Amino acid sequence: MSAKPPRPPVDRETKPKRSNFSRRGFIQGLGVGGGVLSGGLLETALPNAAEAAPATIGPDPVTITLRLNGKSTQVAVEPRTTLLDALRNRLGMTGVKRVCDRGACGACTMIINGKVMYGCTVLAIDAQGKNIETIEGLAPEGKYHPVSEAFVNNDAQQCGFCTPGFVMAAKNFIDLHPDPTLEDVEKGLGGNFCRCGTYVGIRPAVLEAAKKMKGGARNA
Amino acid sequence: MPNVSDYQWPPMETRKVIGKRISRVDGLPKASGRAKYAYDFYRKDLLFGVLVGCPYAHARVKSIDDSAAKAMKGVTAIEWSVKPGSELQWQGQEIVAVAAETEETARDAARAIKVEYEVLPHVVREDDLAAVGNRAKAAGEQVTGDPDTAFKSAAQVHEGFYHIPVLTHCCLEAHGQTVEWTPNGINYWPSTQGVSTVGGDLAQNLNVPANTVHVDMQNVGGGFGSKFSADHWGVMCANLSKNSGGRPVKMMLERNLELMTAGNRPSGFAQIKVAADQDGKIVAWQSKSWATGGIGGGGAPPIPYVFTNIPHVRLNHSAVATNCGGSRAWRAPNHPQASYLTCSALDDLAHKLNMDPVEFFDKNFELTARADTYKWQIRKAAELMEWASKYKPRGSSPGPVKSGVGLAVCTWGGGGHTSNCLATINRDGSVVIELGTQDLGVGARTIIMQVAAETYGLPLSMIDLRIGKNSYPVSGPSGGSTTSGGVSSSTRKATVNALEKLYEAVAPSLGVQPNQLQAVDARIQVKGDPSKAIPWKQACAKLGTTPIQEKGFNDQRRPEGLNASGVGGVQMAEVSVDTETGIVRMKKFVAVQDVGLVLNPKLAESQMNGAVIMGICGALLEERVMDQQTGKMLNADMEFYKLAGIGDVGEIVSVLDMRPTTDKRGVIGIGEPCAVGVVAAIANAVTNAIGVRVSGVPMTPNRVLAALEGRTA
Ligand code: FES
Ligand code: FES
Repeated sequence: MSAKPPRPPVDRETKPKRSNFSRRGFIQGLGVGGGVLSGGLLETALPNAAEAAPATIGPDPVTITLRLNGKSTQVAVEPRTTLLDALRNRLGMTGVKRVCDRGACGACTMIINGKVMYGCTVLAIDAQGKNIETIEGLAPEGKYHPVSEAFVNNDAQQCGFCTPGFVMAAKNFIDLHPDPTLEDVEKGLGGNFCRCGTYVGIRPAVLEAAKKMKGGARNA
Repeated sequence: MPNVSDYQWPPMETRKVIGKRISRVDGLPKASGRAKYAYDFYRKDLLFGVLVGCPYAHARVKSIDDSAAKAMKGVTAIEWSVKPGSELQWQGQEIVAVAAETEETARDAARAIKVEYEVLPHVVREDDLAAVGNRAKAAGEQVTGDPDTAFKSAAQVHEGFYHIPVLTHCCLEAHGQTVEWTPNGINYWPSTQGVSTVGGDLAQNLNVPANTVHVDMQNVGGGFGSKFSADHWGVMCANLSKNSGGRPVKMMLERNLELMTAGNRPSGFAQIKVAADQDGKIVAWQSKSWATGGIGGGGAPPIPYVFTNIPHVRLNHSAVATNCGGSRAWRAPNHPQASYLTCSALDDLAHKLNMDPVEFFDKNFELTARADTYKWQIRKAAELMEWASKYKPRGSSPGPVKSGVGLAVCTWGGGGHTSNCLATINRDGSVVIELGTQDLGVGARTIIMQVAAETYGLPLSMIDLRIGKNSYPVSGPSGGSTTSGGVSSSTRKATVNALEKLYEAVAPSLGVQPNQLQAVDARIQVKGDPSKAIPWKQACAKLGTTPIQEKGFNDQRRPEGLNASGVGGVQMAEVSVDTETGIVRMKKFVAVQDVGLVLNPKLAESQMNGAVIMGICGALLEERVMDQQTGKMLNADMEFYKLAGIGDVGEIVSVLDMRPTTDKRGVIGIGEPCAVGVVAAIANAVTNAIGVRVSGVPMTPNRVLAALEGRTA
């Protein structure tokens, strides 16, 4: 059934390594009256704690702090909540889209610690302490990022539902490959799908944006 | 009232805004994530709905139990669509929906619901007609002429078997909506192709007056024919809101349900026999075809496609009822299947005749309804493809990686749907255009604004366009490539009518009759005398206290020269096939399309490119895979329901036929036709490359290798 030649991953972590969730940092962020800490968690968090039961948090919501587009933002999530759902369902940040919800389409692409990631494959609690960039942070209100502008110039979108994911993937791709060839673009953006079929516009859009960003327009 | 001739599109050479390569007006909001879709609805008091589908292909409900779910903290409502005794006909059919404070809770509650089923026998595969028993319903045989005699006396006869599978729409924005049932009416934010029609559909199913449903949808993440009705889940969502104290409930389908139940395109299987005379003229066609579109059977593809004047024809078609989600309109309903079945068989016949397919198709265009169009297009396409130098007889490409070219044809109606537009000119010079239409991403917003700007002689930025609500004048749903024709015509009429009123107000101060005036470059001026002019704003200031408000109506049956129906297209593909791995790569695709007046070539080309890419997916990657053993869909996800990525599509050359002869026909939508011939063109190119026909699509490595080895995949 496999008709698709494998896409070589270019600086793309589709399966993020599970971070070592810092319990200590977590407790600090939580404050004392959280009411969600099991005894086990407190104990294991203490230095030299005796062998204890494995730490558990949840299942009730816990308040965490996310570093979103340069700002610290608190949000209460269940430990199983993905970063994507935390942003969309709790914070109303809906620029990032949910399509497949399992790391197959790229609609939820965001940049975490400088790398492109699928927000639906990252737990919100695992994203603490990391630099999370979303489409909302690309440009201030009333302004647009050169990648967004290049997408419009080259008509690289139709319904636009895949577009924020593509724009984020393209932005990070250009940051890492300031001088891409067409072939690089096709490999670098192989992790995003568009159902409307806008690839013919996306190819020149990314090349145009790369040129502009080299010319100093990087920080819109 | 202006007379009809005033409505006509301005001549090609005088157009200032229409026909120009203007970027889409809603591009920046979309490319910055600021555009809101139904899926993006968010409010602090929002509840989340989750829909549960039937796990079996065919089953009867024995018992239902939602007590555990009801008792869960945070669950606000549960809405059943079945009761004990209900019979379910496909996996994914709606069973129950849950609303809760969080999506996580709603999912937990959905899991806690218990339904006992009696599993019933199913049929989910239609590939072997002999195995489906009484699920196949034969339509009566249709005969034209005397096919038996024609086959006997023909110089060359070809027989072949071809098949094209069921595809799902796989819109990236899943189907669904938010509904808020307030005492003042029902606020409804759906993902739909018909803002003026879907509210009435919901109202009817809820048994409430249609005027109490308020629809608002500013953007939609794909529809492709699958988003016309309010759907069961819309009705269930409304009841969830009602039973949750009127709080808004958002319920979008999860991807697996989206692929199982939210629409698909019927399959097409056909045993075809086709014959030609000594000169290569097609003389006879005979086909035994079947298809499924779910439990309702499957429509008959219009074969022989395009070559409708073949003198001797015998047709037999059976609709196969399967326990699968129901089909919905899919970008040119039944045409891609018909084009694939027909053009594959004709290409094989050309091979038997030792003819270059270009020569063969060209010769037989006499058997179509628009021979001149196709003849011009095939020459144009061949030139852009460099067919003459690339075409080699079938199977003669050397080496392990072989290349080949193939071609196919398409046709579609188009025309303009019923559309009303309201145009307002205010005393301060601001202008408002209102239509109850929607922009599916093809550029409806942009072309409406272009038309208004053209009529008024104003820059695009001065047009305040409002669409996406059922409180605006009724416009048809976006289906069948009828939106561009409809909305452009109604907007043209409304703006001409409004401008006429402005002329009346301004004429006295310029000392001429109203019909002596024209609107250009943001001025009202005496025709041909720019020195006698008033800037737009000052002109509008001459209005009394009441703004101008005029309507424009496009009557689907009387387009008055503004829009038209009926197009043809020729498409050509170039591929390479690695005969060791079976992998097919797109090298180049050329689509030449007849489109009438092109309002915006930049957007129209995108539309064509997108249609071609959708066809590439269908030719090489996409298919719904059903398992007869379990009755389940094996690829209800996006890992195995495959779409093409940016590196899979090769070079695409889309050419709009913008000659004056086609321009004067008026606007014709092209959402559908360019998606039609792609699969056939690629299938013929693959056959040309490897020398044997891969009998079915998608042409996956497995099927390609099987064809090379002479086995059935
Ligand atoms: S929604 Fe995250 S990859 Fe598809
Ligand atoms: S623009 Fe519609 S999915 Fe990409």
